[in-house]
Amino acid sequence: MSGPQALTVRNLSIEFGGVHAVEDVSFEVQPGEIFAIIGPNGAGKSTIFNLISRFYEPTAGSIDYGEHDLLKLPAHRVVHTGIGRTFQNIELFEQATMLQNLLIGRHRHMVANPFSNFLFAPGVRKSELEHRRKVEDIIDLLEIAQYRDERIADLSYGARRNVELARALCAEPTLLLLDEPSSGLNSEETDDVSFWLEDIRHDLGVTLVMVEHDMNLVGSVADRVMAINDGKLIAIGTPDEIRQNAEVQHAYLGVAA
Amino acid sequence: MQYLFKTHYNDDIRFLAKTGEKIRVGLVILAMIAAPLVLQDYYLAELGLLFVYVIAGVGLMILTGYTGQVSFGHAAFLGIGAYSHSILMANGVPFTLSLIMTVILSGLIGMAIGRSASKMHGFYLAIATLAFGILIETVFGEWSSLTGGYAGLAVPGLKVFGISLTAAWQQYAVDLVIALAVIWGVSNLFRSPTGRSFVAVRDSEVSARSLGVNVEWVKIQAFGVSAAVTGLAGVLLAHHLTYLAPDVFSVLESLKLLLMIVVGGLGSILGAIFGAIFISLLPVALSFLKDVLPPAIGQQAGLEPLLFGSIIVLFIVFEPLGINGRWQKIRFFFETFPYYRKSSFVRQKSYLKTERLR
Repeated sequence: MSGPQALTVRNLSIEFGGVHAVEDVSFEVQPGEIFAIIGPNGAGKSTIFNLISRFYEPTAGSIDYGEHDLLKLPAHRVVHTGIGRTFQNIELFEQATMLQNLLIGRHRHMVANPFSNFLFAPGVRKSELEHRRKVEDIIDLLEIAQYRDERIADLSYGARRNVELARALCAEPTLLLLDEPSSGLNSEETDDVSFWLEDIRHDLGVTLVMVEHDMNLVGSVADRVMAINDGKLIAIGTPDEIRQNAEVQHAYLGVAA
Repeated sequence: MQYLFKTHYNDDIRFLAKTGEKIRVGLVILAMIAAPLVLQDYYLAELGLLFVYVIAGVGLMILTGYTGQVSFGHAAFLGIGAYSHSILMANGVPFTLSLIMTVILSGLIGMAIGRSASKMHGFYLAIATLAFGILIETVFGEWSSLTGGYAGLAVPGLKVFGISLTAAWQQYAVDLVIALAVIWGVSNLFRSPTGRSFVAVRDSEVSARSLGVNVEWVKIQAFGVSAAVTGLAGVLLAHHLTYLAPDVFSVLESLKLLLMIVVGGLGSILGAIFGAIFISLLPVALSFLKDVLPPAIGQQAGLEPLLFGSIIVLFIVFEPLGINGRWQKIRFFFETFPYYRKSSFVRQKSYLKTERLR
């Protein structure tokens, strides 16, 4: 698996029973970039993520990550190209401990052979220990060691967000899709998120694509921003350009009298 | 209160980390090994049967407790195990080989069911497995050239490596060894990638998928492993029954297995063991009840299913985590004495899961 590559989305469209959730959207994310997607509720931001993750089948368009044509892959193979993700509503494994969650994050690097696992062959223990070391690196990076043996169901909302980010990082992605990383966090926690995003880019060399509502966060970390409304692309540019864009203001604030 | 000071990652891999756990489990195993010295044959056979139900419970636990796929027809795998083993042995296949072949056969049938069940959720899965259970029971009854039909099928005597094991303690030993092996193996499964992927599918299919877990394949595997283990229980059950009839593997038996793991506590192997103990003691309690209750109620047909149903409901309402959940609380009470509070195990209400992807 090579390093970060460009994510190229061309003319992407999807319809749900006549509703054009995403219509003819094209954009490209450069390796090492922090790319934000903004737009009002229901604009189709998360739908774009779910299309990239292959949870939805697009009605038209193409998605390529480097030389991988994502549309040829089933959903569980997407992470093998190096694309990890988090979810808007936090999808953790609730009844498992944080450690177990992070170990499942390593799944794409593991060999799950039921027979050797049943016998817990020596190789299984060796690989478990190796993966545990990788997991501990991520735990150190995000400073979540205190939750290691906690069940997810017992964790606070903010902690869950961090754990979900950690779990996505455990897969060692080269591109990370973050669905509203700061939603439900207080301003202090949101500041932490912006530092982590910078760290993740610098230390781990991960390209970041995020859906985000908090324009302060977007302004402070994003290199480029894409604004969409009603499934259609409005503008792509630097955070300042997007703030000034008349159409974006229109989409958020409504028609000027 | 004992605080576990971890010094190596192996501490998290080890099954029994605390000294108290080691002593408890060691004592139980020792007691089981010593049981033939003290118990009469009748109780030994009952204890052996308990082990058989532990294995069957662990089998269903893999599927329902760990992978979150409900099965209302698991007695079918018990039956497939029992019948195929008896038929193979009657045709001169030695015990060990027949056991292996039976386990593989049940596993394959389980995988085939898993293949079609992997796209189903909730109700549909419950109905599909229920239908499978009824179907297999009918097959046992109708395919009389092979299974002896409703007249039944005699199970050949237990004979391992050419040695006839007729004494009660010998059969007990076979049950015990296999039960321990199954518990060890399945516990292994859940401290390694395969088992974790099962748990991942149970808790969130979408994020499992996004992390590279092939959800459909995991369900097929879970059905396969679960069916293989339950089939193995069927093999041992056949030797306890000595005579097989289709109605042994009816829907009621499937319900009994389900009752076992719900009452024992979903999502833990200990739960399956507690459940098996519970279900073994239930007939004793029932016969006692029948004597005590006025004949109008005590001799009423359907008392047993009624009792099964009410027990499930009561557990779901008052102790969803089953006997195992209660046991953990009692342990916690003593380990943290005197700090246990009524709210110690009250979960904070989770945020609403809206817009969840399926």
